[in-house]
Amino acid sequence: MNWITDFVTPKVKSLFSKREMPENLWVKCESCSQMLFHRELAENLQVCPSCGFHMAIIPRDRFRGLFDGGVFVEIDVPEPLADPLQFRDEKRYSDRIRDARRKTNEKDAMLVAHGQIFGLNTVAAAMDFAFMGGSMGMGVGNALLKAAETAVAQHAPLVVFASAGGARMQEGILSLMQMPRTTIAVEMVHEQGLPFIVVLTNPTTGGVTASFAMLGDVHIAEPDALICFAGPRVIEQTIREKLPEGFQRAEYLLDHGMIDQVIPRGRQREELGQLLRLLLKEPPMVRADLPAPEPEPEAAPEPEPAEATDTQPEPPSPDAVEPEKGAQA
Amino acid sequence: MQNYLDFEKSLAELEGKAEELRALARQDPEMDISEEAERLDHRASEMLRDLYAKLTPWQKCQVARHPSRPHTLHYVERLFNEWTPLAGDRNFAEDHAVIGGLARFEDRPVVVIGHEKGTDTKSRIERNFGMARPEGYRKAVRLMQMADRFGLPVITLVDTPGAYPGKGAEERGQAEAIARSTEMCLKLGAPIVSVVIGEGGSGGAVAFATADRVAMLEHAVYSVISPEGCASILWKNAEKMKEAAAALRLTAQDLLQLKVIDRVIEEPVGGAQRDPKEAISRVGRAISDMLGGLDGMSRDDLRAARRRKFIEMGRVGLA
Ligand SMILES: [Zn+2]
Repeated sequence: MNWITDFVTPKVKSLFSKREMPENLWVKCESCSQMLFHRELAENLQVCPSCGFHMAIIPRDRFRGLFDGGVFVEIDVPEPLADPLQFRDEKRYSDRIRDARRKTNEKDAMLVAHGQIFGLNTVAAAMDFAFMGGSMGMGVGNALLKAAETAVAQHAPLVVFASAGGARMQEGILSLMQMPRTTIAVEMVHEQGLPFIVVLTNPTTGGVTASFAMLGDVHIAEPDALICFAGPRVIEQTIREKLPEGFQRAEYLLDHGMIDQVIPRGRQREELGQLLRLLLKEPPMVRADLPAPEPEPEAAPEPEPAEATDTQPEPPSPDAVEPEKGAQA
Repeated sequence: MQNYLDFEKSLAELEGKAEELRALARQDPEMDISEEAERLDHRASEMLRDLYAKLTPWQKCQVARHPSRPHTLHYVERLFNEWTPLAGDRNFAEDHAVIGGLARFEDRPVVVIGHEKGTDTKSRIERNFGMARPEGYRKAVRLMQMADRFGLPVITLVDTPGAYPGKGAEERGQAEAIARSTEMCLKLGAPIVSVVIGEGGSGGAVAFATADRVAMLEHAVYSVISPEGCASILWKNAEKMKEAAAALRLTAQDLLQLKVIDRVIEEPVGGAQRDPKEAISRVGRAISDMLGGLDGMSRDDLRAARRRKFIEMGRVGLA
């Protein structure tokens, strides 16, 4: 067991405080069908302990697993114009957005935060697949631009966790314009000589892949993640043939030269820490610097109140680990 | 022979009648049909004008895809001198869906890049219907880098259903190729102007249209997804493409209002396909005008202004 798993354990309560508590506390692994206790799954960053299948993880949980002590400061993103096209299919876009916000408790499909990774100040942005399929519209564009501005202001590297089902069609051409807009964000970071690292997660498709997600200094992918421009179904319809096993999966992209490494979620924090330090010519990570597995609350860096929003990091509270509490349906 | 679209049916009948009448008159010189033919012609041209004055978004998609519409090579022939096509991505292949090269526009040397759809079955297949593979975008990047080195303005003509969704294209990094092309548009230290002459299909279009100035022909469309694709995802029914086309706000007029594009180039009555020569010369005047507006800007100014333009996009909505 690594440090993350040990440390994340006491934080189970907060993991489930933001979103609806599942009715059934047992989750069936999509891949191996094993019944998994939700707490065990949360401890393992939503990776099946039995087969290693990587399930979706919400941005806040990612940040908790990424930053030292699970502590991070959320960065406010300028809110875009609501429903710029007055779009309506069988449902109004404004209603879809409202439902997505209610379901996820987030404003849009990308969250931005900063914190430390093995003591190195880092800005991170993570996409939320549960928010309208992680689709990229003005909200995501604004988030990445804000993340880049923050990285530049703090002279910190930027790590982005991509996950997107495609474009936010309900924003029409404005969703397409996020391709240049997010590319500008990458340029801003690069111009300052700061690393821009992309972690591609399942699935990363369409305009997100064809913009910032393929412009990283280093591309890391989660195992078996679908990463593509056009989805496999569209391709099968176009070429009218069956695609090979594993087509467009992380390992396939690794073989085809599009990504640098496939790294399981549980190891990403350490790998990113090392990578960023090498790129920034920082001395190696010193394990002794790490907070102890059961850190004291004061081990957490002070959140900056000016930028903090609703993500006041909670110090691990011992009562959260009571199994019977977690087991309440 | 005119190629009629479904909404031009009554027009086709009218023009057909006038044509028949003239054919008869040619066989029988005694027949006096001039008055009747004139009347029919007049009615037809009124109908044409009315039809094209209020095309629905879906009808505009059809016009934008019209097979007789002038394509990139037609523009290249008429607008440029000393056309010097340049081929290949220096890596894997030459993509015939994208043409590129050096040319002289008015008095200045420029780099031209555009999607080419082809004009008959053979050339359409060769051009892959204007759907580029990664090599097309990589060739574009190479040419833009050259333009950057020599300080030559870049003119892009956009006309694609989208990037090609094929197995090889994915394996060779379609997404990365598009991303690099958009990135190069932004990096360019020379002016870049773009005209959407037909279909501006999604990422395959934006990879060339991330420009200082973007114009669209009056009946061109530019969209994040095809109406058919959007309908099948959001309506779960590809037949709802008319509704999707309207909802997507993909017309030149809407895009101008959204400040995503900078100008709309008026087409001849009945669309560019009715008078390609006139349409092409209007595009030429627009390019000249757009390039003129960027004269004297430094590399840094150009890049900064281009960036600002895209960052600020999305502040205006549509009612
Ligand atoms: Zn499993």
